[in-house]
Amino acid sequence: MLIKQAPDIRSSEITPKSVYLRRREFIQASAAALVAAGLGTLADEAAAQGGGLAKLPNVKKSPLSTTEAPSLYDHITSYNNFYEFAPGAGDGPRNNSKNFKPRPWKLQIDGLVNKPGMYDIDEFMKPYALEERIYRFRCVEAWSFVIPWVGIPMAEVIKRVEPTSKAAFVEFTTLQDTGRFPMQRTDLLEWPYLEGLRLDEAQHPLTLLAVGLYGEVLPAQNGAPIRLIVPWKYGFKGAKSLARIRFVDKQPLNTWQKMARNEYGFYANVNPQVDHPRWSQARERRLPSFIANRRTEMFNGYADQVQGLYAGMDLRKNF
Amino acid sequence: MKPITLVRILLFAAALTPAAALAYGFYRFTYAGDFNALTANPGDYITDQTGTWALGCLAATLSVTPLRRVTGWNEIIKARRMLGLFAFFYATLHMLTWVVFIHYFEVSFMLEDIAKRPFITVGMATFLMLLVLAITSNKFSLRKLGRKWGKLHRLAYVAAAGGTLHFWQLVKADTTEPWRWAAGFAALFAFRLWWAYRPKLSVAAAGQRANVKGQGNQSQPDRLKPT
Repeated sequence: MLIKQAPDIRSSEITPKSVYLRRREFIQASAAALVAAGLGTLADEAAAQGGGLAKLPNVKKSPLSTTEAPSLYDHITSYNNFYEFAPGAGDGPRNNSKNFKPRPWKLQIDGLVNKPGMYDIDEFMKPYALEERIYRFRCVEAWSFVIPWVGIPMAEVIKRVEPTSKAAFVEFTTLQDTGRFPMQRTDLLEWPYLEGLRLDEAQHPLTLLAVGLYGEVLPAQNGAPIRLIVPWKYGFKGAKSLARIRFVDKQPLNTWQKMARNEYGFYANVNPQVDHPRWSQARERRLPSFIANRRTEMFNGYADQVQGLYAGMDLRKNF
Repeated sequence: MKPITLVRILLFAAALTPAAALAYGFYRFTYAGDFNALTANPGDYITDQTGTWALGCLAATLSVTPLRRVTGWNEIIKARRMLGLFAFFYATLHMLTWVVFIHYFEVSFMLEDIAKRPFITVGMATFLMLLVLAITSNKFSLRKLGRKWGKLHRLAYVAAAGGTLHFWQLVKADTTEPWRWAAGFAALFAFRLWWAYRPKLSVAAAGQRANVKGQGNQSQPDRLKPT
């Protein structure tokens, strides 16, 4: 199959100048647009942002963070997918999770490990230093954000629980609790939501168990109290509100693969050359842009760090 | 003011409201720096809204005749063309969001999209049907096409089916909304079938005769008073 590269948008050549200027200035809503609108830089904006939730103490900055301007807190928390609260991307998850209580919360770590355990979430977090990781976030539906997560490197958790030599994959399961997640009463998806990584992917320094956003605890709709973040993969790999992390020897069948095998695979690495059956992945909208204003980068721009994991693999087959 | 005039004005205002709301949101977003005016994904939001209202106006258009049968208020037919044109208007905006937001006028990408992706193929075919209906919605076409006009404009039902299918194809998991549209359009279609084949053959036959003799413009059985 021939995959065309999107040519550079040469708007000035094909659009009347006035429209072109407006697009540049406003529609793309770049940092420059914010300056133009007199709102200061996005970075200034970001510093003042949050949702009034509890601040997380002693958060270290990380060299793994991108320097790109983070997306607005309002956007990150009002536009996402979380089928346990509401179907489809939008503000449904936020609106339907207002009464969600992330405590008490138990996290089970088991399977092929020497030190399995059932933890209270606060006890679980105690031994780890929290890090801020500003990552690009690319949804399989061709939109993206830049999100300042706070979390625990998954590699450190793995070190502590000591996987046995048989462990080859890690399974992440969302809590099954219809009291907390109303949509789990329906058959919209097969519950509980399940995702998986290869052990070496889970051990990668970029892989994060996120517990916060913009220096505060995670809001419900973004996966409180703890969720997976794998920045070089499509967003749906990041299972939310985790109840269980299990080390296994076989490749898990993740929820969306189960739902639509032809559309969603196990790996789900961001890849501009492998289209979704219903849309191209060559470009993306960095929200709140109207248009697909960015060229999608291989492995979401983390190719240097992660491409070694997939050496020799046919990524078209293992999509 | 005649009641039909008032109804037409109200329907016009109602059908224009979603477009006005989007235009206001666009203004807020671009000129007032309100980046929440059209949700965090304004492109998708506009696409969803215009698509929904295209279906909504199409449903309203197809409701006119059943409403007329049920109420016996024949003049309501004068609101139908306007509603149909609104359906075309929203479908056009909807299609343009695909041209501009998704492909940014890149013709080769659009062609590839139409050829490769069934939901785009169906959407485009539906748009073309509405285009034909809009072009032939004027009095000139009505005169020119005569009785063929009524037949041609049954395409509105095919377009309704196409629009619903298009919606169905694009949802990932939750088919509630497409189901609702399908049920609504099916009910409207069922009413038409029932009306056409209802067991009052003598009246229908009389209508047919009147139709042949009459001047043959507005789809003739419509002139029958409900019994």
